[in-house]
Parts: sequence; structure tokens; C-alpha cells
Amino acid sequence: MRRFLLLIAILMLVATAARAVEPAERLADPGLEARARVISSQLRCLVCQNESIDESGADLAHDIRMFVRERLVAGNTNAAVIQAVVDRYGAFVLLKPPIEPATYVLWYGPPTLLAIGLLGTLIWLKRRQSTPAETAPLSTDEARRLDGLMRGNDA
Amino acid sequence: MITELGHFALILALFVAMIQSTVPMIGAARRHVGWMAVGRSCALIGFALTALAMLSLMHAYVTSDFTVINVIENSHTDKPLLYKITGVWGNHEGSMLLWVFMLSLCAAAVALFSDNLPPALRARVLAVQGMIAVGFLLFILLTSNPFLRTFPAAPNGNGLNPVLQDPGLAFHPPFLYLGYVGFSVAFAFAVAALIEGRVDAAWARWVRPWTLASWCALTIGIAMGSWWAYYTLGWGGWWFWDPVENASFMPWLVGTALIHSSIVVEKRDTLKSWTILLAIITFSLSLVGTFLVRSGVLTSVHAFATDPERGTFILLLLVAAIGGSLTLYAIRAPSLKGGGLFAPISREGALVLNNVLLSCGCATVFLGTLYPLFLDAMGGPKLSVGFPFFNRTFAPMMVPMIIAVGIGPMLAWKRGDLLGALQRLWVAYIATALVLLVAFYLTYGGPVLAVFGLGLAAWLGSAVLTEFAERVRLFRVPLGDSLRRAIHLPRSAYGMSFAHFGLAVSVAGFAASAWDKEAIEILKPGGSIAIAGYELTLESVTRVPGPNFMADDAAIRVTRDGKLVKMMHPERRFFPLQKQTTSETSIRTNFLTDLYVALGESDTQGDWTVRVYWKPLVPWIWIGCVIMAFGGVVSLSDRRWRVGAAARSARRGMAEPVTAAGE
Repeated sequence: MRRFLLLIAILMLVATAARAVEPAERLADPGLEARARVISSQLRCLVCQNESIDESGADLAHDIRMFVRERLVAGNTNAAVIQAVVDRYGAFVLLKPPIEPATYVLWYGPPTLLAIGLLGTLIWLKRRQSTPAETAPLSTDEARRLDGLMRGNDA
Repeated sequence: MITELGHFALILALFVAMIQSTVPMIGAARRHVGWMAVGRSCALIGFALTALAMLSLMHAYVTSDFTVINVIENSHTDKPLLYKITGVWGNHEGSMLLWVFMLSLCAAAVALFSDNLPPALRARVLAVQGMIAVGFLLFILLTSNPFLRTFPAAPNGNGLNPVLQDPGLAFHPPFLYLGYVGFSVAFAFAVAALIEGRVDAAWARWVRPWTLASWCALTIGIAMGSWWAYYTLGWGGWWFWDPVENASFMPWLVGTALIHSSIVVEKRDTLKSWTILLAIITFSLSLVGTFLVRSGVLTSVHAFATDPERGTFILLLLVAAIGGSLTLYAIRAPSLKGGGLFAPISREGALVLNNVLLSCGCATVFLGTLYPLFLDAMGGPKLSVGFPFFNRTFAPMMVPMIIAVGIGPMLAWKRGDLLGALQRLWVAYIATALVLLVAFYLTYGGPVLAVFGLGLAAWLGSAVLTEFAERVRLFRVPLGDSLRRAIHLPRSAYGMSFAHFGLAVSVAGFAASAWDKEAIEILKPGGSIAIAGYELTLESVTRVPGPNFMADDAAIRVTRDGKLVKMMHPERRFFPLQKQTTSETSIRTNFLTDLYVALGESDTQGDWTVRVYWKPLVPWIWIGCVIMAFGGVVSLSDRRWRVGAAARSARRGMAEPVTAAGE
């Protein structure tokens, strides 16, 4: 594992040298190229931290960019191209995790939490409204001070 | 010799921290004044000792003492002096030392500026800080000691990662850590209050300045990190939802919630146990952030330490700190009774909504950051959680929040008049509508969401201004009266307006990034690129030697309508020691748009890849952050925190020594 992490770290350092989409990679057809850019921005550079292949300069990102363009030239739809990349590199390559049982918690967690949070707060506020809050009784010291204040000399 | 002194000072600091964490605590329980006073001396001595340790490590770096392993691994004689100094915290061991140094700085500040605190509370606060210090000092001395020597001395060091040799990143960690560690004060106050079983307006008043100060530092720290990414990575990205960024963003979100909920405790004596919980969670997330970055569970540009032993130690620390404080909370929180009543539509209600949304936002970031790790650990599929996830979950929660930020300050305490507030905001509707129309017209056919984002920013900005105008009754009373009102407004009101306005400015910057333009071309000297009305001509690329690198410096002439705008000089720097190339981008800003140029690779025929980006409103992202932090500072200067007002509440607190509700 450590060696793997080290490898990633090294690859990342290499990644800072070269940069993102290279002019030489671009397709002649501007329509296809635009689609390639859209697809690229959805795919993760596997050796970088949350950078898309469109942004990353790593060699692997270059390879995937080329692969995406090859498939586009071959006439694949956007979805088919992305599926082909996933088949090759696994779901890890998707910056947007797929919605499937393993990710239900991830995808439905935030809205559920928000709903619970808002509803819970509303119920709490309503309940507070109906029950008068107990006021903590004054301590002897505070009572003495209050007494002093009432008589007009600050404690 | 000096290195050993530093090492020795750090060991001594550990023993001092051990005393600090126990004696005052016992003293507070037994009401022994002498024992309680020990906390203060310990905090000051501890600070002097950790400062000595920090300085001696700096000394080793500055003098390039290559018998110290840490210096060998991270420094080099050719490194510029600035990076020799900042290189001290550019590595795991040194950054942990910086962490502990910041912690002792906070403890010393509490010890010095807490004359108006009841002695028992002060003793307990310092004791809790002592405990945190013990944990981290042990961590440094046992697993990450920066003072270890090796003989014979190495001929020279390995140098600092070139990516880190940058002014932005050099000062990013101190600010970030000051923010993280500053929240330990709020945490210590929360734990001390739980032990005492008493939270009141005075308590909130003592905690708020510390929370505000930490929040300001964290805001600046995060902004610096993001700005660094922007000008370094060579394509102008400024936020990646990278786990390391998220690690600093989570305490920021909850810390923001904490600042707001402690206002309610102070003004209305309610939301107490929630505020205590937020204080605990904020610091816990700071610890989690440190853990995420330092343990090596994540690997990214920021994470240099990949050592499971350290990870286990930090994990134990986390369990002790978070588990301990939450257990205490579970036992004591029920005894904290809520005070003042309020209707759902009220200032309190708005602040509660702020808290719910910020907390849920933070939970979302937490889920997105840690769920892939969790799934991986459970043997599930490996996942990436990138910007599309956060755009679909986090962003929608922030939309109602930003809308509410505009309305909340218009509501009265206890019972607000929503309709009245909405009516008084009519200027904001017009401003928002105008901005929406103009933006939609100018960018017709472009991304609609960006127009919407800009509208949100316009709404918030104009609502903040309207609220301020209402406060000084602008155009309702003679101008002179308004001016007098403005002068007499409390600084905290100004602070709020600045902070909220800063948020609006940043939101505009976030939204406008959808309108970026880019042009990437291979140019021969003499070739040119046109973008957004500018013409960029590559005149020449010359090789220039730097202190510890070789630079290819491109001279690019930027013209608009044939007139020279600026000569830009992006560079590629090669660091022979590390065999790494970095890119120095060149950015021309007029504070409305940035023209961003990065020099790419060259081929054998002397052609250069040149990347040019035109980025509208992008500087506003960081200008907004600075305004936010400035708002925090202005609020900090409010007279309520100064002697007069605070001393009275302190007298009240002192008249009530240690009577825990649970005792």
C-alpha cells in the first residue's frame, strides 16, 4: 500500500510538469472536440486528486483523453464513450459517482439530513413555543446582588 | 547544540503541559487558588519552550545544519532564505511543531488576556488546552521528531519540493493552523463550561472573540491555498473538492455556524447546548483535518506523510479528544437549560436556519470526503467523489442560505416581521433583477446557472447594503443624522455587513467562472493568440538562471486594439535537484477580469505551447474572502470585547464560583 501511495505521489509530481489538454491532441472537427472536452471534464485523472483528465497533465490523463477522442471519431455517443472508459478503468474514473445501492447513503444522505434537520428544528421550535421555558432560579449570590440593585446600590 | 536545546525544550514543554493539564483542573475542583494559578504560569512557560523549539529548528534550517535529518530531507544550501525558513513547516515533522507552537500561543494568549475570567473557568480552560498539548507533544516526540540527528553529516540536503517554494504556499500553513488551533480555545471553553455545568451570556462573550479570530485566520488560510492553486496549477482552477481542501473547509463551515449561534447565546441566553456542541465539533473537525492530511489516508499534493504508525497515533488522539468531549457533553448537556423564547420568524430563528444549513452543508462535505474511504475500507467499490457530487448536493443547500443571509439581519429579535422585512428590501429586488437581466442579455446562450449565481450575489450584496441603509435610516432622516447614526453603530454591526458583503463578492466570483474563455496554441516566437479582445504575441523565450532553478522565460506582448497593455512573462522552471519542472504563470488583473498565461512544453523545433485564459470576476473570489476576514477583524474590535463591558460580566461570573448544575 505504501509503495502504491508513493507511486501516486511521484506520478503527481510529474503531473505538475506537463499540463492538461495539449493542442496536438485536438480533433479537427470542432463539434467532436467540444464533446470530447465535455466528456473529459467528467472523468477523473486516476493518479491525481480530484482533477479531471481535462485539467491534468499526467501521462495517464493524456492516454485517456486520446482514448476518448478515438471513440468519438469511431462514432460513439457520449454515454457510450464514458461507458467504454469505465469498462477499462473502473467506476473510480467517474468524478460523479454512479447512483447504485452502494452509494445510496452518499447521494441520498445529504437531502435526507437536510429534511430531518429542518423538520426537527421546526418541531423543536413549535414545542418550545408551547412549553414555557424553565428559568433557572437565581443562586443565593445572584439573589443577594439583585436585592442590592433593587435597593439602589450596585453589589 | 542549539538543536539539542530545542529538543530538550520540547521535552520540557511536554512535562509543563502535563502539569498544566492536571494541577489547575484539580485546583478548580477543590477551589484552591494557588493550584488554579499554576495554569497561567504553565501556559506562559509552555509557550516560551515551544517557541524555543521552533526557533532552534529554524536555526538548523537557516544555517543548513545537515546533521539534522529533517533539514537534510527538506532543505538545501542553495534554497533562498525565505524558503529555508518557511521550509520548516513544509514537511510533516515541522508542520506538527508549528501546530503545537500555535497551540501554545493560543494558551498563552488565553492566560494573558483573561484577567476578567472567573479563576476557576480560566484554570479549566487552560487545563483542557494543556491536555491537547500533551497529546500533540507526545505525538511529535514519539513519532515525528524533527530534532533527530545523523552522523556523519550529509554533504547537502534534498531540497524542498519546488511546488512548495512559493510565497503563497509558504504562509498558507501558519494561517490555516492558527485557524485550526484557535478553535481549540472555543473547545476548551466548551469543555470547561460542561465541567462547570454553566453557560451564560458572559461565557459566550468570552468565547466569541477567540472564535472570530480563528475564523478570520482560517478564512485567510483557505483563501491563500485556493489562490495558490489558481496561479500555480497552470489552468486557473481554484477549488477541486480535494479531500485536503475539504478538511479545511469543514471546520470553516461549522466555525461559521458557531460564530452565529454564540451570538444567540450572548444576546438571548438560549441555544446553549447546541453552541457547546458546535464548539466541540468545530475543533474535532480541525483535528480530523489534521488527521486526514497527516496520516496519509489520503494522498494529494498536500499530504507528505504516509506513515501508518502516525496515523494510528492521531486516530487514538482523535478518539480521546472527540470521544471524551462528546461523552462529557452527553452527560452534562441535558442540564443546560435553554433561556429566552422566540418565534420561528425572528433573528434567532434566522440564525437557527443558518446553523441548520451550514451544519448540513458540512455533513455533506464530510460524507463526500469520507464515504469513499469508508466504502473502500468495507471492501466496496472504489469511488471518486468530485465536483459533480458537491455541485448537486452542497450547492443547493447554500442557495437558500445565501438568500436567507440577506433577510435574517432585517428581522427583529424574539419575533420578527417577515413581510415587513421583505418589503423593506425592495431596493435589493430591483438591483437583483437588473443584474439578472443584464447578465442574461450579455451572456445569452451561455450557462444559465451562472446568471442565477450572479443574481444570488447581487441579491446578497444589495440586501446587505439595504440593511445598512436601514440601520442608519438613510434618506428617512437628514443626511447628517444618518452619518451620526453610522458613526455610533457598533463595530460588530459593521463587521457583519462586511462579512456578508464579502460572501456576496465571493459568490459572484464563483458563479462567473462558468464564463471563462481559453485558448491553447502551439506558438513559434512571433506567433499570436487572440482572446476576449486581447492579442497575445509570443516575442521570445529566454533561458534565465534562478537561485536553485533554470527558468525558460517567455516574453509575451499583450495588446488591445493595437495598443500595448502589458508585457507578460510566464516561466517554466526546472529544478535540477529534484528533476522537476514547475510553471510560473503570469496573471494580469484589473480586479474585474484576469488574463492568465501559462507557458507549456516546447518541442524540438522551438515551438511552445501557450495557454491563455480569460477569467471574468475571478479575483473577486479572494477579494471577497479578504473582505469577510476583514469583517471578522472589525467585529473583533467592538468595544463589547474590551475592558468595560466585559469586566462587568466577569464580576457577575466571579460572584458565582463553581456550582455545577450536576453537582
